[in-house]
Amino acid sequence: MANTHVIRDATCTFCGCVCDDMHLTVDDDTHKIVKAENACVLGRAWFKEHGIEQRPFALIEGREASTEQAIDAAARILADARFPIIYGLSDTTCEAQRQAVAIADIIGGSVDTTTSVCHGPSGIAFQDVGEATATLGEIRNRADLLIFWGGNPAESHPRLFTRYTVTAKGMYVPNGRKDRTVVLVDVRRTPSAAVADIFLQVKPRRDFEVLWALRALVKGRPVDPTIEQVTGVPLATLEDLAKRMKSCRFGVLLFGMGLTMTRGRHFNSGALLALASDLNEYTHFVAKPVRGHGNVTGADNVVSWQTGFPFGVNLSRGYPRFNPGEFTTVDVLSRGEADAALIIAADPASNFPQPAIEHLRRIPVIVLDPKSTHTSQLAKVAITTASYGISVGGTVYRMDDVPLTLRPALPSPYPSDESVLTGIKDRVRELIGGNRMPAMDRIGAAA
Amino acid sequence: MLRIVNGRVYDPANGIDGEVRDVCIADGKIVADVPGQARRIDARGMVVMPGGVDIHCHIAGPKVNLARKLQPEDHRYDVLPRTAVTRSGVGGTVPSTFTTGYRYALMGYTTAMEAAVPPINARHVLEELHDTPIIDKGFYALMGNNVLLFKMLEQGRHEEFRNTVAWLLASSKAYTAKLVNPGGDEAWKGRRNANVTRLDEKIEPFELTPRQVISALIQTVDELGLPHPAHIHCNNLGHSGNFETTLETMRIAEGHRAHITHIQFHSYGHAAGKSSDHATSKAREIAEYVNTHPNISADVGQVMFGKATAMTADAPLGYMLARFAKGKWVSADTEHESGCGIVPFAYQDRVYTHALQWAIGLELFLMSKDPWRMVLSTDHPNGGSFLSYPKLIRLLMDREFRKQEMAKVNQKALRQTALADGLDREYTLSEIAIVTRAGPARLLGLTNKGHLGIGADADISIYQEQEDKEQMFNAPRYVTKDGELIIEDHEFRSTYEGRVLHVAPDYDPGVVEAIRPFFEENYSIRFDNYPVNDSYLGKHELVPTKPQRTGAAK
Amino acid sequence: MSETMILIGGRSSAQGTSVCAGKFGTEYVNVSSTLEMNVEDMARLGLKDNDPVRVRSATGEIVARCKGRAAKDLPSGVLFIAYGPLSSVLMDGDTAGSGMPLSKSIDVQIEPVR
Repeated sequence: MANTHVIRDATCTFCGCVCDDMHLTVDDDTHKIVKAENACVLGRAWFKEHGIEQRPFALIEGREASTEQAIDAAARILADARFPIIYGLSDTTCEAQRQAVAIADIIGGSVDTTTSVCHGPSGIAFQDVGEATATLGEIRNRADLLIFWGGNPAESHPRLFTRYTVTAKGMYVPNGRKDRTVVLVDVRRTPSAAVADIFLQVKPRRDFEVLWALRALVKGRPVDPTIEQVTGVPLATLEDLAKRMKSCRFGVLLFGMGLTMTRGRHFNSGALLALASDLNEYTHFVAKPVRGHGNVTGADNVVSWQTGFPFGVNLSRGYPRFNPGEFTTVDVLSRGEADAALIIAADPASNFPQPAIEHLRRIPVIVLDPKSTHTSQLAKVAITTASYGISVGGTVYRMDDVPLTLRPALPSPYPSDESVLTGIKDRVRELIGGNRMPAMDRIGAAA
Repeated sequence: MLRIVNGRVYDPANGIDGEVRDVCIADGKIVADVPGQARRIDARGMVVMPGGVDIHCHIAGPKVNLARKLQPEDHRYDVLPRTAVTRSGVGGTVPSTFTTGYRYALMGYTTAMEAAVPPINARHVLEELHDTPIIDKGFYALMGNNVLLFKMLEQGRHEEFRNTVAWLLASSKAYTAKLVNPGGDEAWKGRRNANVTRLDEKIEPFELTPRQVISALIQTVDELGLPHPAHIHCNNLGHSGNFETTLETMRIAEGHRAHITHIQFHSYGHAAGKSSDHATSKAREIAEYVNTHPNISADVGQVMFGKATAMTADAPLGYMLARFAKGKWVSADTEHESGCGIVPFAYQDRVYTHALQWAIGLELFLMSKDPWRMVLSTDHPNGGSFLSYPKLIRLLMDREFRKQEMAKVNQKALRQTALADGLDREYTLSEIAIVTRAGPARLLGLTNKGHLGIGADADISIYQEQEDKEQMFNAPRYVTKDGELIIEDHEFRSTYEGRVLHVAPDYDPGVVEAIRPFFEENYSIRFDNYPVNDSYLGKHELVPTKPQRTGAAK
Repeated sequence: MSETMILIGGRSSAQGTSVCAGKFGTEYVNVSSTLEMNVEDMARLGLKDNDPVRVRSATGEIVARCKGRAAKDLPSGVLFIAYGPLSSVLMDGDTAGSGMPLSKSIDVQIEPVR
């Protein structure tokens, strides 16, 4: 008879849905989570596969080391660097994220999160257009028109459909699915299309034109029928959709990487956000970027409140500067500018373009991760940390900015990201002798 | 330990009006005396006041962070480099959190209250406040559009209503109940961007009116004995003729305490013609009501020309402003609790409406007979940044300066107000100390703040006495917080973590079983994940309710 | 014979579950090296399910194994691959000043590996 205990109302942090109704059964003998009631297939894998592995506490240049030694080595790398960058942060707690930004402030480096390669373009568009939005509970309770654009929630965010939108019953939507019209817009028919009443297949790279045409139709402006040749969507279909959008009671546009990662990027996000805002002249309409990782929203929030900007922040001059393309990590690496990197809870060596990965091989890299990854394999200093949500508590933010406190299930021998980053921060401060002050007096002086 | 000598002390709560006397500090408090070897600060030529208390500002939380993210262009022009002891940051009308704390301190303010937070987001506010250094802080929890409370009220479940209000305050770590355009957010979200405009109209689909919501919350907060009364942003903010709504709302209090916030925005008379060019001032009527009803308090919500950011839980208002401004706009609905609107804004002296608003704010100050109950605010950043407080102080204290500024504004608007009739009053230093320190502290029920009596928190600001009051109040020479010398010779000597001020009114624990079912069915998070645990408080001070202070049985 | 097509990278359920097990596990490697292709395009190129296909972009080249999708689900000329180290090889480092490299709608040349 196994010894087990149950943790109720735990939070799953695999995707941006951040479902907080996980009831976890923990096997005390094997130190594994053996059941995750209410989890979707991704959540079940998340809980099942994040047990306590036997791994070295740290590796320095491939040799086993203690966490303390690794913290010291990491601090030295950062203190010596002239253009250090900190990246990742979307799969860790806010408490850890705050330490990371503090380090960037002390050393005068850059801090960027996975937002820059995810909904960064939506953040850029937000700065231009703003956003009409709502929490997921509001959507569940009121939305009678749901439009999913450039995303495949059936495979990436299963409970977005079942807990928060399509099939969930709501206060003013008591019949759930039957009270709603669901529209899916994508370049290919994914499994998500099965839930849609209306599926719009758009030609690749033409989302902007479709969104802009819808804006025009909503405002009563004419659109040429050649829109069909350009986008693959007939004018009559767009006219019908515009009419539905204006006549619904509470409409929602939920959008994903299909808009941010393709031709147009922030223009696509901006067109969608503007469309949602425009519609408020006729009815209540909101938009929501569907966030990928469990605490990428937390990263946006923490970096924003501490620096004023959501991602791609540089502190080399002693104060925060923001400029996508200049300080975002893919660019800084691809141009070979960084001379040291601290990567937390991310795997750029797997997900970045080749020129960026090649540069990561050339510079000293410090990695904090519970698992072995492509990035930890090329790192000079690799520190094993405990998984947030599984072993480590703290605060995370759901995709709609609702903050939740984690309920960890499995104690881990490995330190949390927060404690390692705090250690690095303190050691760096010791090595530098306080905060790094920009050498303004040396500008113009002979080298 | 510190002894401040030779300074002119303004401590109106204790009747001290510019007397030169010593102020002694030990262990974070004002004490009667300290030993001879204690450090001395020679405050000759300086004015010594309690630290400033901002009773209503928007400085932390989800709405503020959205506004912060919205305006990188603002931050670019106003940067705060790191120093040996302080973190870097950015400014503009919505500064980053470290900058917010430092800049309040740099102005001699030591306490600030975040004015509007949906309880479901309380953790976020507490996290940001944790990164807001120096000042003591707290926040008001939004309840005027709370669906659970609406249901209880419409069903006549008054006991449960009271216990739920108490429970919400205790579990979110808030300071008081905040009402914003009661009923309006429900109309915005549920009826395709509608609003409520009359206190006796139905808040569909509830059998409830704004009047009933306001009355219930005013009474409940009073019954709970909270240190600060229900804090109310009245319906119809910004609309011509809204002074009637404001008067009606104040009458609803019926002798109970109530605080009407940014009352300037609620003091407008009817437009004489179709265009808003003919809107008028009703500052006299509003000021008179506040003057003659000691149960009512207010903060002015002064408009200051220049850049502002409209950020409000009044979603319909936000949208209305967005349509004027024609630029970017943020709206964010929060399930069962609130809405919000954010619009970058600028007040211009040439524009009739803006000049009228500016003048009405000044009218309210100058016609107020009780500075303890008509205190200073700009509803930062809605009326203007808190950095404009020194200029506002100068406008109140310096008649000549005020006249110069009056000459620059839209004269047609000015003529609508008593300023044009020669409202000549000049605030004294003592009155300034009341509207910026002693008054707000007393209204907040913070018995250890806003004064320099024995036992008070040693939050002190020392200003070089100057002719130009704006210059004077812009940069205190010294600031102490809990007796720590934070600013000396205008520079930071160290950073500091202030306390979160919060209340925990007693409630019947059985009410949880009345709340839970509503949660499980209608919220998108689990009930047990809603209350905020104490770890988010950091340094904190639990301010007792009246029953808790007097030991009344509960 | 090689043809120009548009490659969409994205998440899939299998990619999500296998990434939890670890990026070096067989399942993840298989999932992130499977290229979905329109069945009519496959027939024209003489490809069967699981045949190796060379995919070349302006910046890199990979070999993946193809899997057919009905025309109603995946239009002709469009390819899908789950995110992973392989799909990243094909991404350009130039973000056009946005911070975001193009991971979807990448122009690629594909040809069967003989």
